[in-house]
Amino acid sequence: MNIIVCIKQVPETTQVQIDPKTNTLIREGVQSIINPFDMYAIEEGIRIKEKFGGKVTVITMGPPQAECALREAISLGCDEGILLSDRAFAGSDTLATGYTLAMAIKKIKEFDIIICGKQASDGDTAQVGPGISAHLDIPQITYVKKIEEIQDGHATVERMTEEGFEILKTPLPCLITVVKEINEPRIPSLKGMMKAKKAVIATWKALDIEAEEYRIGLKGSPTQVVKIFTPPPRPKGQIFDGTPEESVEKLIGILKNHLI
Amino acid sequence: MGIKIINEKCVGCKICVAVCPFQAITMVDKKAVIDLDKCTLCSACVEACKFNAIEFKREFTKTENIEQYDGVWVFGEQKKGIIQPVVYELLGKGKELAHKLHTQLSCVILGSNIKTKAQELIYRGADNVYVVDAPDLSNFLDEPYTKILVNLIRKYRPEIVLCGATSIGRALISRVAVKLHAGLTADCTGLDIEPQEKILLQTRPAFGGNIMATIITKNHRPQMSTVRHKVMKENEIDTTRQGKIIEESFAPAFFTSRTKILDIVEEVSSTVNLTEADIIVSGGRGMKNPENFAILEELAKALDGAVGASRAAVDSGWMPYSHQVGQTGKTVCPKIYIACGISGQIQHLVGMQSSKTIIAINQDAHAPIFNVANYGIVGDLFQVVPLLTKKFKEKIRK
Repeated sequence: MNIIVCIKQVPETTQVQIDPKTNTLIREGVQSIINPFDMYAIEEGIRIKEKFGGKVTVITMGPPQAECALREAISLGCDEGILLSDRAFAGSDTLATGYTLAMAIKKIKEFDIIICGKQASDGDTAQVGPGISAHLDIPQITYVKKIEEIQDGHATVERMTEEGFEILKTPLPCLITVVKEINEPRIPSLKGMMKAKKAVIATWKALDIEAEEYRIGLKGSPTQVVKIFTPPPRPKGQIFDGTPEESVEKLIGILKNHLI
Repeated sequence: MGIKIINEKCVGCKICVAVCPFQAITMVDKKAVIDLDKCTLCSACVEACKFNAIEFKREFTKTENIEQYDGVWVFGEQKKGIIQPVVYELLGKGKELAHKLHTQLSCVILGSNIKTKAQELIYRGADNVYVVDAPDLSNFLDEPYTKILVNLIRKYRPEIVLCGATSIGRALISRVAVKLHAGLTADCTGLDIEPQEKILLQTRPAFGGNIMATIITKNHRPQMSTVRHKVMKENEIDTTRQGKIIEESFAPAFFTSRTKILDIVEEVSSTVNLTEADIIVSGGRGMKNPENFAILEELAKALDGAVGASRAAVDSGWMPYSHQVGQTGKTVCPKIYIACGISGQIQHLVGMQSSKTIIAINQDAHAPIFNVANYGIVGDLFQVVPLLTKKFKEKIRK
C-alpha cells in the first residue's frame, strides 16, 4: 500500500490578533503545530501501513519551517516527508493549494490512498481535500469515521453525516478526509524521534512538480481576501445568582421572549 | 485562446458529443468537429476525452466571457426527497442578492421523484427551478452530482452559486469549483453585493470565529459560497408567486459513480440534527456521568431542541462524537444554546459562540463560559435543569 497523507502547519492557538496598522495577522510568537485533524490522518495512514505493509509519504505546502511538521509526522511512523516550498506558492487559496498538492502527488505517481484531515483549524474550509481529488479525478469520501476494510483494490468506509453515517465502497486509488472519531493518535516513540531527526526531507519547488505558473500562488487563486477584522465582542451578559427558583423564573421569561 | 480537435488522435468515440452542454460538437467523417459559434470554451469535452484529442489553451487568470454570467443559483440539497432547511435560508438571502443585481434567482434540485418539490421552492422565492429527476440521484454521491451540477452551471452560467455548508455541500461544491476553475468561499455567515462593481462580498469566520474575513472573487465566475446553517433568514411562503420549472435530462454517463452506497445508518439518538436545531442543550464535564445526560435530554425534548456535548464529555465516553460541539466537533449556530456544566474552553467556544443567545449554567462563577453568555446562572445544574424543564412544561407548553 502506498499511502499519502497531506498535512498543514497551523498556529497553535485560534486566538490570533490583528495588527491594527497593517491589518494583517500577527504571527510572531505564535507556536506552530500540525493541524489537529491531520493528526488523525497521519495515525490512520500509519495503521493502514502496519496492517498491509507499504509506505506512508507525508506532504505539506508551506514556508521552509513547515519542515518541522513533516519531521513530527515521521517521528510518529511516517516514512518520508516532502515539503512543497516556493515563493511562487505564496498567497494560494484553496483552489491553488489543491492544484499544487495534486501536482506533487502526480509526481509521486504511485499511490493507493490519500488521507487528509477533515479541515484545518485556521481556515476551517474543508475544501482542499476534495479539491485534490477533483484535480486528480479520483473518487473522494469526506468525513470518514471508520475504515471497515481494504480488500481487492477497494476500500469500505463509514462516512459521518448529520443524521448518522453511510457505508460506502470505493475503488482505489481514492482520497478520504477523516474526522476525530476515526482513531486515537499515538505519541512518538524514541526510535521514531531519532529517525525523524536524521530523515532527509525533500523540498520541491513549482518547477519540480511541473506546476503551471498561472495556477499556483496568488495568480492561481480566484479568491482574494479584501478585509479582515475582529468580530464585535458579545455584549456583557446578565448573571443570576439567586436561588435556583428565582433564576429559573427569570430564565423562563427569557425563553418565552425568544421563542414566541 | 482556442480549442481544436487533433484529428490524428480522435477515434470518433462521440463521448465529447454527449458531454457538450451546447450541442456544439458533431461528427463529420467519424471525427469530431467543434462549431465555434456555439462553443463557449467550457472545457467539458476536454476533460471527457480519453484520448487527449482536444487541444485547449485555457486562460486561468480570468473566466472567458465573464460578462455573460447572470443570475443567482441556490443548490437545493435534499435528503430522502426532503428539501433541507438550509435551502430555504439560502433562497431568502439569494432573493436579496438577486434583487440588488436586478437578476433572477434559481434553484437546482437533483433527486428521485423530486419534481413535486419544485413548486414550494418557487413559493419560497425562486424564479426558476431546474430539476434533474432520476432514480440514480436519490442519494448524494460525489461523482454524479458533480458531473451534473458542473454541466448545468456551464450551460446556464450563473454569476453566483450558493450551497449550504453541510457535509454534502462542502464535499460537492469543493469538487464542482475545481472543475469550473471558480473561486469558492467556505462557510459564509455574511453575503452582500458590492454596489459599484456588483461583485459578491463573502464574509466568513476563520480561526474558529476569532477573526472574520471578507472575500471576493473578481475575475472568475461563478462566485461560489457555502453558507452556514441558521444564519440567513428564510422567506415566508408566498403561494401566489409564479416561476418556471425546467426539467433537465442527462445521458447515462452522467449518473455513473465509482463510489457505491452499501448502507445508510441513521443514529438519531435523542432528538434532532444538531446543526439544524433551533435550541441546543449541551453538557460538559460538570455532568459528572453519562446517566446525568438524561436531564439534558428531558429539557431538550421539552424545548424541541437537540443535545450537544463538550469534548470533555465525549472523550469521557458519556456522549457519542456526533454530539460534540467545538473545534474538533461541530460548529453550531442555534437561536438558543444552553451550556450546562461546560467551563468554556476556547476549543468549545469556537464551535458555539456565534449562537444568537447563550445561556450558561455553571457552579463556578469564574468559568470562561460566562464571558460569552448572554445570561448566566451560577448554581447547581442538577437543581436548575430539572426545575427549568418542569417550569417550562407548566408555563409555556401547556
